[in-house]
Formats: sequence, C-alpha cells, structure tokens
Amino acid sequence: MMGRIFKFGDGISTDAIIPGRYNVTTDASALGKACFIEARPDFATSVKPGDVIVGGRNFGCGSSREHAPMAIKATGIQAVVGRSFARIFYRNAINIGLPVIQCDAIYDAVEDGGPIVVDVRSGRIDVNGKMFRGETPGPVAEAIMEAGTLIDLIKSRGWAAIEEVS
Amino acid sequence: MGTLTEEIFSRRLGWDVHAGEIVVAPVDYAMAHDVTGPLAIEAFRQLQVPLWDPERVILVFDHILPANTVAAAGLHKVVRDFAAEYGVTHVFQEGICHQLMVEKGFIRPGGIVVGADSHSTTYGALGCFAAGFGSTDIAVTFATGRTWFRVPETIRINLRGALPPGIFPKDLALQVIRRLGAEGANYLAVEWGGEAVEAMSVDERLTLANLTVDFGGKAGLCEPDEQTRIYLGDAEVVDLHPVAPEYRSVLEVDAETLEPQIACPPAIDNVQDLSTVEGTQLDEVFVGSCANGRIEDLAIVAGYFEGRQVHPHTRTIVVPASKQIYMEALARGFIQTFMEAGALVMNAGCGPCLGRQHGVLGPGERALSTSNRNYAGRMGSPQAEIYLANPAVAAASALAGAIADPRSFK
Repeated sequence: MMGRIFKFGDGISTDAIIPGRYNVTTDASALGKACFIEARPDFATSVKPGDVIVGGRNFGCGSSREHAPMAIKATGIQAVVGRSFARIFYRNAINIGLPVIQCDAIYDAVEDGGPIVVDVRSGRIDVNGKMFRGETPGPVAEAIMEAGTLIDLIKSRGWAAIEEVS
Repeated sequence: MGTLTEEIFSRRLGWDVHAGEIVVAPVDYAMAHDVTGPLAIEAFRQLQVPLWDPERVILVFDHILPANTVAAAGLHKVVRDFAAEYGVTHVFQEGICHQLMVEKGFIRPGGIVVGADSHSTTYGALGCFAAGFGSTDIAVTFATGRTWFRVPETIRINLRGALPPGIFPKDLALQVIRRLGAEGANYLAVEWGGEAVEAMSVDERLTLANLTVDFGGKAGLCEPDEQTRIYLGDAEVVDLHPVAPEYRSVLEVDAETLEPQIACPPAIDNVQDLSTVEGTQLDEVFVGSCANGRIEDLAIVAGYFEGRQVHPHTRTIVVPASKQIYMEALARGFIQTFMEAGALVMNAGCGPCLGRQHGVLGPGERALSTSNRNYAGRMGSPQAEIYLANPAVAAASALAGAIADPRSFK
C-alpha cells in the first residue's frame, strides 16, 4: 500500500509520541488526536491512513506506556519503520497489531513527505523503485502478527501458541 | 551455569536455560499503576477468564496522586472497581510503585517479577529478574501468571574502587550511559558488580538497577549478598551467583576518578562532567523519583540544607518515594530541614518527574532533577530543559540557584 513518509530522528521517546499530560485516557481516538502533539504538532492533522513513520535509532525509548503505539495506530499509520526500536515499544506495538519493521538501510534513502510502499507481511519496502527488506521479527512476533494481537493469540490458543515456536 | 539471568531462569524452569532461548515462565508478581493499569484491565477483560491470583497482582496509585483532574479520577476508579470486583488486596497509594514493591517484601532474590512500567528493572538490585512491559503483556500475566521472555545476553559492568566524596551511584550509572549510549543495553540484561557495588547499600543499588532501562536494559541485576540479607531482614536469602558466565561484553568503570555526571537536555546520554555546565541558572530543582527519592538521598539533601536557604528564584520540590521514607524523614528531622530551607514537600509518589501533576515546567524554564528522564516535554513544556544529577548536586544547585558543585559546599 502506497503511503507518505513522516520522517523522524533518533531517540524518539514515548513521551514525544504521547506526552504524559495527554495519556490520561484509554480512548484510542483521543490518543490519536494527541499523537506527537508537541514534537510535531501538524502530525495528527495531516496524517492519512496508509502513511508510514520512518524513525531513526531507538524509536519508542523511555516509558512503557502502551498509549504510544495505540496513538500511532489510531492515526491510521500503516507501519513504523525504524533503524532500531526500544524493546518495550517494539513488543507493545506487535502486541496491539501496529506493524513495526526494523530496517537500518532505508533511513538515509528516504525523505520526509516522500512516497513509500510497505508490505507489512513480508517486510518488503519500496522507496522510488529502490527495494529494502526489514529484519525478520522472530517467531513469537510472527505468531502474534498472524493472530492480529497478543490478546487474539492467547484467547484462541493460549500459551501453547508461543511454546510451540520457542 | 551461566549469568545471573540464566541462573534465575534455569532454577525457575528446571532445565539449563541459555541466552537466546524463548521461554514461557511463571512470575512471582505482576504490577500495574494508575496509568498503565486501566489499559491492562481493559485487555484483561477481553480475555474473559478469571484473575490468575488476586494476591499476586499489585496495583499502585502513584503517577497522578491524588487525582488532579476528572479524567485522572476516572482512571483511578477503573482500577479501584477492578480491585474490588476481583478481590485484589495489594492496592497501595503511599508511594512510587517500584519503591513499594521492594519495601512491601514482594521482591526476593532469584525471583521473576514483571511490571507495567519501564523502571520495573529497579527490583534487580535484590537479585531478582525484573523487567518492564506494556499493559497488554501484563494483562496476559494477570490472566495466566506467566509471560514469555527471550532470555537476554548480559553486559557485565564492574564498578571499580571506592566512591569519592560527592560521587554517588547516580554518577556511575550516568557515566555508563555516557559510554554505552541510550540504547547500549537494548534487549540485554546488565549485571552490576565490582568493589563499588559490593560496598553499596541496597538503596544505592536500587538506583543502578533503576537506571538500567534508561540505556535500554531489559533487567539490571546485582548479586544478592550480606547487604541484601540485612535489607530483607532474613537469613533465607538464596545463594545466587553467576557461574562460569559468558558475557556479551564487560565494561570496567573507575569510580575513583569520576566527577559528578550531569545528563543534559534533551537526552539521557548527553552526559557531561559537572564542571562543563556549572553555573547554569535553574528555575526548579526536584529531589525524588524511583531513581533517587529514598531515605539516603533525602539524608544527603538535608545535610546540605541544614541552616541554609534555597535560592529564592529556584523553586525546590522534595517528594519522598514512599510513606515509609516520608515518615522516617519526619522522625529524623529532614522534613523540617527541607521546609525551613524553603523547599516544598509533596506527598509520596512520582511527583514532577512526568510533568502530569505538581511542579510542571513552563516554556523556557530550566530544571535540575534527581530523576531518570530528561526528554523534551517530560516535565511540562517541550520548551523547558531538564538536567539530571545526583542528590548532592541537586541540593547544592537548589542553594546556589544554578548548577553547583556539592564538593565546594562542605
């Protein structure tokens, strides 16, 4: 699916994604409206479904607040492609069904506002005809993505679903 | 055989566990607080199963305490209603979740504990494998008592020598972050060892374990020893050591040559020697948080404040990490010292650290904090700047109204 790139730098924290004054709610659409409200105030109003965030190193560092991937997902962002991800953010994103793709090589090849085509299932990324492939997410993340969310996976199959790929 | 992490998982699971393995493991306790709890509760309810064990779920009100808005009160009500419905008895509103987990005896050497907060690494100071998770993972633990781990490889950090005057565990942690970078331990466990750690109290080790997540660590562990036994007040502390461990890497840090370290805005790994930023004017000083809000930290600050006044242009806020610490500080006269010096003393909890309740920073303001995060916007306005330092630097800076060297005050 074709989307537009929102490019961010290194060390984007969950505080930048959703500041502590805006996550006093569990409502996804309210979180989406406040996504990057201080770090990039035009983000939530200009993002369209299918757009893609390309982040630098250590994307999602800091607080474990799951409100951060929830906020990004609620804006319609198709996937977050990062040079690297902080562990808790990455796991949270997979758990709630927000595709995250680790790909170091893409960063310097993309420009903010430029077009991008991401296939979240295969991790293949096309930037102006130049092809990239994200790193394999690992067997547990793949099982969760296949089911949709961690809740979907555990509800349907229990821990056996993870024990059999471990 | 193996690192502390491998030893803990092997004992718990009953087979030789090695780094890199994916395991589903039982946990001792699962903790959530007033901000991560409501999402965990929503996810738990979707599973439509009974609660795993009402006595092993810990719920803490600390991030917004007492509630300061209708929205916050609503979140609190979600947590209270859940606790009542499922018979959760360990519900606290007397301090920061991480301090309470340790104080209330939920943390045992050799244990495995998960928390819906990144600084759950703090419990590793007692030789427990403890990691932070998001709300959905914690919801699944609420339902099953288990979670999955990719058993991490370990970075061993040896802190060498004795801490000179004015140098504290915070400086060692910031020096490590300076050298490894903000994602230096991403996906990895950290073992804190060496003479400096052996000589530390458990309170001091809690600071090291706490800051482990701020350079990406999944868990930050210290070997349990005599100090741990004294702290826990029992002789039944399990004998737990790394056995022929294979480390991913080993870092040696010399404590004796260290200057006070300051994490400068806007990133935890923008660490400078104090002399580089000395004299920077401050609008606010915050003493508290799960990094440095314990009784030893308050004792250091009270020592500097005794008979002195904080600078009139620098509002100084002290937040003990727990009620127990607050009451000990009262008994030892620290609270009176803080108030006589002109500081504001708030109720135990997270305080100004996350910019959601009291002590919020305005645009263009500059703060020095003993906490662990200095991202833009963390404590209020994204145009405010946050410096992180040890409690002695915080005390000296509050008195001077600018970043100051505590070693020149005594």
